[in-house]
Order: sequence, then structure tokens, then C-alpha cells
Amino acid sequence: MATVDHATHPPVAHQSSRVDARTLGMFLFIASEIMLFGSFFTIYFFVRVAAGTAWPTPPYQLPVFVAGMNTIILVTSSFTMHWALQSIKRGNRAGLQAGLVLTFLLGLSFLLTQILEYSRIGFTPHTNAFGSVFFGLTGLHGAHVFVGLTILLAATIRAFRGHYTEESHHGVEIPGIYWHFVDVMWIVVYTTVYIL
Amino acid sequence: MPNPLRSEGEAFRFLLGAVVYFAAIAIAGVINAWAGLAVFIVLTAAVVVWWWRAQAREPRPVSAMAVPGGSADERRILVVANETVGGAPLLERITELASDGKARVFVVSPALNSPLRHLASDEDAARAAAQDRLDRSLSALATNGVHARGQVGDGDPLQAIEDALRTFGADEIVISTHPEGRSNWLERGVVANARERFAVPIHHVVVDLDRERTS
Repeated sequence: MATVDHATHPPVAHQSSRVDARTLGMFLFIASEIMLFGSFFTIYFFVRVAAGTAWPTPPYQLPVFVAGMNTIILVTSSFTMHWALQSIKRGNRAGLQAGLVLTFLLGLSFLLTQILEYSRIGFTPHTNAFGSVFFGLTGLHGAHVFVGLTILLAATIRAFRGHYTEESHHGVEIPGIYWHFVDVMWIVVYTTVYIL
Repeated sequence: MPNPLRSEGEAFRFLLGAVVYFAAIAIAGVINAWAGLAVFIVLTAAVVVWWWRAQAREPRPVSAMAVPGGSADERRILVVANETVGGAPLLERITELASDGKARVFVVSPALNSPLRHLASDEDAARAAAQDRLDRSLSALATNGVHARGQVGDGDPLQAIEDALRTFGADEIVISTHPEGRSNWLERGVVANARERFAVPIHHVVVDLDRERTS
């Protein structure tokens, strides 16, 4: 008598070490991002602390209030992202779709506001070291937001095409992790560049 | 070490923690630079202590290697096939290899997908198709009296073999492909690469589905 026993889930991932592959992958990702942002923050440290450059260099001013509003927008987008994933986990497709659309729109608002801020800020990366560091750090983060928006757009389109279920929603979970990471990095950038 | 970005829920909590952490430092720093430094030191120390304690609670990773079961003289045959999984030559070969009644057969049906869908993590349709092929194959083997189990595997056949070997310690592997000229796997050197990569005998079975349909 033959037995039929086949899994309905993906096979166990290949593991070349005793560390869980997903954990290892995320560690490597975090490590690479920390090194990337860390190199930019090192420049920031040397320009602002070691070289003693005035921050911001007079006569320029940083739009702290606008950036603060942008921070609220971005942190809110993390709540809508979380809501989207919780919705699909409960089988609420409308909640998933609304959550993803709101997250995308909030992220887009953040990026457009930042572009508008760039156009009116009065200095450029060529102005001085302060300008280079400011545009380098905020620009690097903006690039991450752009990548996040691209991933979110794909997830949103898939959500409207009927993909994802209560059991299978990796395509929302992974963009969610990335989006929260991008938000955390903005909190660091905003605090160090605009506030302190 | 606890990973704060292991799941969306943990990442969201990490974000909330970061908001509180940096807000406290920023508020204290705006009031007085030394107060900001003090808050930074206290909060960082608290985070390190919490992290250290969480690390102690973290369960140890479990080895992914499966311990083969069954009797000593049992032969374990791993079958990897794409669309040819239900082909007559393959079923005949498996039946032949398992004819002594001491063989355990495990069939892996890779979830073949287009590169674009693979990049978009859109593999539901590919997995469903692979599952359907697997079901038909297992049913056909059952009809021939072969004890078989199976699973849908990774879209990359070599990865699918490697994944399966970790849960099914095979003594030999059977790879089924279309004939030369029509086989994407042969063009990519899947059989040759598998022989280099895996230290178990590998049998190659060619299934001509067009000929089967016409005959």
C-alpha cells in the first residue's frame, strides 16, 4: 500500500551552518545597512565634531518643523503597514488593501516633501561639507524610501489581484520588515541631523 | 542574539522602541546637552542589559540535518523531476529500483517559475502546478505498488535536491528530464552539476512526453 505524504508548505531552506537561514540573511542585511549608514554617520561625526563645523552652517537653516511633520508621516506609515499585515492574518482583504495603499501614499508624501524641501533649502551638496553630509545622509535614506515604495507598489498590486491569504503572506511580511527598518533609520537621521 | 527584524511584528516593536529612545534623547538634548548625554547613556545601558537577558532566553538553533531512519538494508531513492514527473520511463525506472521491496522513494517536484515571477516572490501558481504534478506522480507510483512520499521543492533543481537531502538521506538520486535539445535542465547542466555536487549515485532518465502522447 503506497502512502502519499506531501507537504503544502515550502521545503526546509538549505542551511550550511547551524544558524537559521532567515535569521542569518536578516543579520547580513542589517550588518550591511549598518555599515552603509555607519560610513555616512562617520563622515557626519568628523565634519560636525572632529572638524567643529557649525551645524547648520550660517546663514543656512534646516526646516526642522517640516521634517518633523515628515517624520510623523513616515512613522504613521509604519502603523498602516502593521495594520495591513494584521488584517491579512485575520483574513481581512479590504484591510490589507487599504493598509498597503495608505502606506504607499504616506511614503510617497514623505518622499515628495523631501524633494520639495531640497528645492527650497537654499544650499546644495557643493556648498560646503555641511551641505554634502546633509544631502548624503538624507539622500541615502531617500533612496531607501524609494526602494521601499517600489516593493510596496508590487505588494499592493498583488493584494488587489487577490494574492496573499491568512496562511501565505510572506510578500507582505518582508516589505513590512524593510519598511520599518527604513523608518528606524529616518528616526536616527532626523534626530542627529535636524534636532541635536 | 535576538534579531529585532526577524518578523514584521518584531520590526514594528523595534520601531516603537526606537521612537521612544530617540525622542527621549532629543528632548533631553534640546533642554541641555549634558542631560541629553545622560539620557543617552542610561537608555543605552538599559537596552544592552535587556538585549543580554533576551539573548539568554533565545532557544538554541536546531541542526537541520535529518537522521535517516528505517532498517540498515533499506535503500532510499530521491526522485527529482519537472513536467516529466508522470512520464512512463520514469515510473518504470522507479518501479525497477524499488522492486526489491526495501526501497523508500521520495519525489521532489520543483516549483518551476519564470524569473520575473520568482523575483516578485509570486510562486503560488508555480507551486500549485508542481503540487498537481506531484499528486499525479504519487498516485501512479501507488498504482504500481511503490511506497512513495513527496514534496514540492525549490524552483532550482539543484537546490531542491539539496533541500531534500537534508530531510531524506538518499542512497541514490534519479533525475528526470526532457530529451536533449528540449530540456532546459540539460542545457543548464543540471545532471552534470548534480554529479559533481552530490556524493551519491545519480541516475538520469529521459522522458519524451511528445512521443508518449502520440503513441
